[in-house]
Amino acid sequence: MPRIGVFVCWCGSNIGGVLDCPAIAKEAASFPGVVFSTDYKYMCSDPGQNLIIEAIREHRLDRVVVASCSPRLHEETFRQVLRRAGLNPYFLEMANLREHCSWVHPHEQEAAQRKAVDIVRRAVAKAARLTPLSPGRIPVTKRCLIIGGGIAGIQAALDVADAGFEVVLVEREPTIGGNMVKLDKTFPTLDCSACINTPKMVAVAQHPRVKLYTYAQVEEVSGYIGNFKVRIRQKAKYVDHSKCTGCGTCWARCPVSVKDEFNLGLGERSAIYIPFPQAVPNKPVIDAAHCRQLTKGKCGVCAKVCPAKAVDYNQQDEIIEVDVGAIVVATGYGLFPWEKVYGEYGYGRYPDVISGMAFERLVNAAGPTGGKIQRPSDGKEPKTVVFIQCVGSRDEAKGKAYCSRICCMYTAKHAHQVLEKIPGARVYVFYIDVRTFGKGYEEFYRRVMEEGAVYIRGRVSKVFQEGSKLIVKGADTLLGEQVEIAADMVVLATGVTPAEGAHDLARMIGIPVDKDGFFQEAHPKLRPVETHTGGVFLAGACQGPKDIPDTVAQASGAAAKVCALLFKDELETNPMVSRVNEALCTGCLACQKVCPYRAIQEAVITERIPGQPPRERIVARVNEGLCQGCGACAVTCRAGAIDLKGFTNDQLLAEVDALCL
Amino acid sequence: MNKNGAAERENSTWQPKIVAFLCNWCSYAGADLAGVSRLKYPANVRIIRVPCSSRVNPQFILRAFQRGADGVLVAGCHPGDCHYVTGNYFTRRRLMLFKRLLEFTGFAPERLKVRWVSAAEGGRFAETIKEMVEELRDLGPNRVMREEK
Repeated sequence: MPRIGVFVCWCGSNIGGVLDCPAIAKEAASFPGVVFSTDYKYMCSDPGQNLIIEAIREHRLDRVVVASCSPRLHEETFRQVLRRAGLNPYFLEMANLREHCSWVHPHEQEAAQRKAVDIVRRAVAKAARLTPLSPGRIPVTKRCLIIGGGIAGIQAALDVADAGFEVVLVEREPTIGGNMVKLDKTFPTLDCSACINTPKMVAVAQHPRVKLYTYAQVEEVSGYIGNFKVRIRQKAKYVDHSKCTGCGTCWARCPVSVKDEFNLGLGERSAIYIPFPQAVPNKPVIDAAHCRQLTKGKCGVCAKVCPAKAVDYNQQDEIIEVDVGAIVVATGYGLFPWEKVYGEYGYGRYPDVISGMAFERLVNAAGPTGGKIQRPSDGKEPKTVVFIQCVGSRDEAKGKAYCSRICCMYTAKHAHQVLEKIPGARVYVFYIDVRTFGKGYEEFYRRVMEEGAVYIRGRVSKVFQEGSKLIVKGADTLLGEQVEIAADMVVLATGVTPAEGAHDLARMIGIPVDKDGFFQEAHPKLRPVETHTGGVFLAGACQGPKDIPDTVAQASGAAAKVCALLFKDELETNPMVSRVNEALCTGCLACQKVCPYRAIQEAVITERIPGQPPRERIVARVNEGLCQGCGACAVTCRAGAIDLKGFTNDQLLAEVDALCL
Repeated sequence: MNKNGAAERENSTWQPKIVAFLCNWCSYAGADLAGVSRLKYPANVRIIRVPCSSRVNPQFILRAFQRGADGVLVAGCHPGDCHYVTGNYFTRRRLMLFKRLLEFTGFAPERLKVRWVSAAEGGRFAETIKEMVEELRDLGPNRVMREEK
């Protein structure tokens, strides 16, 4: 028979002001198995903890019930107390008298007192059936996978690598840099994006502890915290990068010309190409869909002109397998496809209605126009530019309910750039609200208005072409007037969406996404870079719309979490996991189907029955490293062969009985 | 003393007894929040913490009814938000079927409630308990499944 001690906490007046704690302790002394029972003002304080330790020693207690606050608050505190007293820390059960009783029933003291006694009785009943649990230990692979080579991935990779750990950085495009490297200037300081991003790109590519895979995709993730196995598909580049010097002869001579995705179709590129002159790695890939040699078998110009003999049309996709201990997901964002939805803005039919990102490329010195703002239709300089905000953001009817957070500021920056580069230009911004939440942001917005940008509060109802002009019709809701502007160019502040393929990646890794498809953090306030899957962290706009400062901050946060994990040689596992009684298991594997963590595996055991030849039989086996202890399998098991440690059938039924006396 | 008899004789003082199985991540935290926010609700509920609503075997619910509970609440994270990814989908399906079974056997299925209460919904938890107590007062004590003790 276990020897149970009950410790009733007053929590000052939080519990003691409503409930009669000494009376609870007195009644608890009569519960089966209880050999000691007392009350104290603050059980979690140092004297309170010592009181428990002394009582454990004096009364040879081997189970402890602390009746105080929520176990979500102090379970770990009191487990440490048990450990200090030399008891298994899992011999603790808490009775939640504060959150679930005194705080919610101060008006009916009698009923509350009865309820409190019931709560303690339940805890005692469970405590009597507790078994010692010990966490398992799993080794940690001291290497980190980072998915996505934008500024978030780069920053996280540099931080983790600088801390001394190996990093595998996977980027699906031919270059790292992400969305940030497409930008011209960054708000509110107007420093050049490439000037702050490209040195980091070089640093990460040259870092001795970073293994960079560009033009590659993560294909499979298995395993668990500390021990993930990752399969990466290195897409065929058709260029041997160990030989290539990046001299540029090949792309200068390639006869193919296709729309350039890096410039959002505003420019052209060849079939063997680098996305932009400062790309990292600065070596080309062949776009297999457009290369004449690969599609038709006749051309071969690049191979002929390559002085290093680096072009290899026979190169195949390669599969790389790597073990890592932690994963940072930094897949960034995409932009809302307004061309498919916004009929009133021309569905993308008018060439001079462009997205904010296309404007970035137009105004970028490394872009298709060399930094001159020109109309895509005729190359003329626009004199009147209209910006429309919240295209896809804050528009439940057509787009997304959420605010994309960056559009107000990038539009202000674009307005400034138009006014700066085009003398006498007129700029109009249609907005719903202007949200300038960051450091120096409001000041920047005011500056742009002082420079002459006209902000009109209201929605645009229609944009249509009339001659060479785009007529923008809208309402000024502050003046209560209709507005009509003949514009040369219209720039839409298209909202932020999760990157293409993010949902598939989430499913592959086993992390949830929120209602908008962004990756779900473990806690919106207190665990913003963690996911509910141990060892998987989030950085940047894949978690939600973010500007560059927030992205970099979160990336460094994720890196700190990764380092904290990788510094450990071994991890303790949660001991409250499922266990299969193989003697009862029929091998139906119904449990496997309900397990969200793929923690149940098929195992073959050999049964030896005297007088008969050994017989092989399939059973379910729980991988304790993967099991997170939900208990879904235990309920599904028709044979009753699975139980969940810490929440066993026996314990839960005893709790029910104790409460229904 | 025969408690059942006493309850039936003194119908005016009879109080429904509710056993609530709350998932650790959402609903138990929601009940904690109700406490932190000092939301008042009737003292008729007794809470059992489970890791996930999918840990609640219908057997536990039956046992509660046999031992004298008048109502049982199973609460978990909102569908799509389960800490264990898909646990509450199993709960939803399993307990929907179980409810129909209760109905088939002649037991008032309203005595079993399945609710989704997030960690941010202290108010929803308190309201759920208030509602259940009112409904159970109308239904009266559970006599059908209670074992004679």
